[in-house]
Amino acid sequence: MRILIHIIIYLILIPSKSFGLIEVDITRGNLDPLPIAVSPLSIDENSRQNFEKILKKRNIGEEISKIIEVNLKTSGLFNPLNKDAFLQAPDIANLKPRFEDWNLIKAQALITGKVSYIDEKLRVEFRLWDVLAGKQMDAKAFTTVPTNWRRVGHIITDKVYQRLTGEKGYFDTRIIYVAEEGPKTKRIKKLAIMDQDGANNKFLTLGNELVLTPRFNPTSQMVTYLSYFRNLPRVYLLDIETGTQEVVGDFPGMTFAPRFSPDGKKIIMSFAKDGNSEIYTMDLENRIVEKITNHPSIDTSPSFSPDGKLICFNSDRSGYQQIYVMKSDGSNVKRISFGKGLYGTPVWSPRGDLIAFTKLHKGKFYIGVMRTDGSGERLLTENFYQEAPSWSPNGRVLIFYRETKTDDKGEGFSAKLWSIDLTGYNERMVKTPTDASDPSWSSLLSN
Amino acid sequence: MKKSLIRNIDQGVIMKLNKILKNTLLIIFACFALSACATSKKTSGQMQGDVYTGTDTVEYLASGVPDRVFFATNESVLTTASRETLRKQAAYLRKNSKITIVLEGHADERGTREYNLALGERRANAAKDYLMTYGISSNRISVLSYGKERPVDSGSNPLAWSKNRRSVTVKAN
Repeated sequence: MRILIHIIIYLILIPSKSFGLIEVDITRGNLDPLPIAVSPLSIDENSRQNFEKILKKRNIGEEISKIIEVNLKTSGLFNPLNKDAFLQAPDIANLKPRFEDWNLIKAQALITGKVSYIDEKLRVEFRLWDVLAGKQMDAKAFTTVPTNWRRVGHIITDKVYQRLTGEKGYFDTRIIYVAEEGPKTKRIKKLAIMDQDGANNKFLTLGNELVLTPRFNPTSQMVTYLSYFRNLPRVYLLDIETGTQEVVGDFPGMTFAPRFSPDGKKIIMSFAKDGNSEIYTMDLENRIVEKITNHPSIDTSPSFSPDGKLICFNSDRSGYQQIYVMKSDGSNVKRISFGKGLYGTPVWSPRGDLIAFTKLHKGKFYIGVMRTDGSGERLLTENFYQEAPSWSPNGRVLIFYRETKTDDKGEGFSAKLWSIDLTGYNERMVKTPTDASDPSWSSLLSN
Repeated sequence: MKKSLIRNIDQGVIMKLNKILKNTLLIIFACFALSACATSKKTSGQMQGDVYTGTDTVEYLASGVPDRVFFATNESVLTTASRETLRKQAAYLRKNSKITIVLEGHADERGTREYNLALGERRANAAKDYLMTYGISSNRISVLSYGKERPVDSGSNPLAWSKNRRSVTVKAN
């Protein structure tokens, strides 16, 4: 896969004024998603034939608009309308929509666009229209290699989402996770990566050794994870572009629960020795290792605040698993979870204001969020077993995994990825080719 | 809220004591008696409290030497039965001085993955410390935590979970 995808925004059509136009409020549960019409991107016959030859897709304009449609629907904030009701042809709509027609089918927003084949490249332009106001809200064009067509659909969705909600999107992103197969007692686990919508799934390891908890570097295509290679559980660093990997640090025992610092320059993790797990960091440039916690209890699942100044982590120093926050040098440790039950896997939101966590109370598992001082606890979802939330890069969606209860014979086990909005709405299963766990969401691949 | 806090602090103190004095059998005994009272437990079939007491999954290092010990939920304290098992293992290892072992620590599925990795390590080390007090050199013992990754029983019920909370002594050579 390529790090640098040459998408050049070389044409920015007249930006329109923003006042008075439609807006989608994403801060509360959206029970009334915005009706939006995604007109198939128009394409001339010559371009269509060229792309059919290269990409084996009959009409790449329609394919890209399908991606946008699915993304918008999945977000739970938009209701893409049925194309059968569209009255205007795609090419004419893109030139000048007849707003009365779109108004008639109750569309409030409209996406139109055009695809062309230029110098062996894929050129896509799109326009976002406010149907009621009869105005263009956004317009951009991209040129890239044809094989990037799915990403173009995601990038357009990100632009539309940003224009209508005022916040960055999360569609041009990938998920790294652990693919699982086989019986519960002898599970085979592999690292796998896929686009946020489940496309382009790829396995990164063969399943010869147990692998757990992969996490993206927020600034590059590096991943850190736990591998039981040669039965020595250690934190590894993997470059997903080149496939090269290395052990992180030289610890005389198990290292686990790795995550990157927000600048991507350090790995923070636990090291277990003599029954005591402590939190350490290692600088990836100068390899300097620092011990951050110093307590005879279990200290694990560390996660940096986005400014890198604080760390939230999981400790049982009070007797049971609870969430604590400390300064990044390990000083000023404060317990922040005081509700009933056990708390684990704290993860700091990329927006900085919230910490997501797993909670176990009376035999049920919850995914929830609290403010960084522990106040305002809100449980988003309850289940037999679920854990390990990971934030979308805009801090609006959490992805986690859920396991089913087995029956009396110990059968019927499955593990799947699920996502839920911060609002507690829009809970949905994220489809994967095999069972799946330990998801980690990448940053936006382009901006 | 206040009550649960106080209880948590109590537990913390007990655990710390445990940690510091874990080789002093008397104290371990006292702590165990305490915690047993605190959560009054019933005996049912193959479990005492929520510690597994059956033999379904147990294998043997040699005749009469069980390979594993079991733990209560979220605990790494050795029970009376566990200590007896480990004394048998120590006697066997003293007689067979060339054998080296791996202590594999495990947790049940009712916990977060990362915490369970740490808990498995803590359980295996509880067994290691006990073997060491009975004369087994630490350089014959290595420790490996699997967390909740390798259950022996795939059930989702308290009995299955009790079988999975274990430290297993495996011959390494």
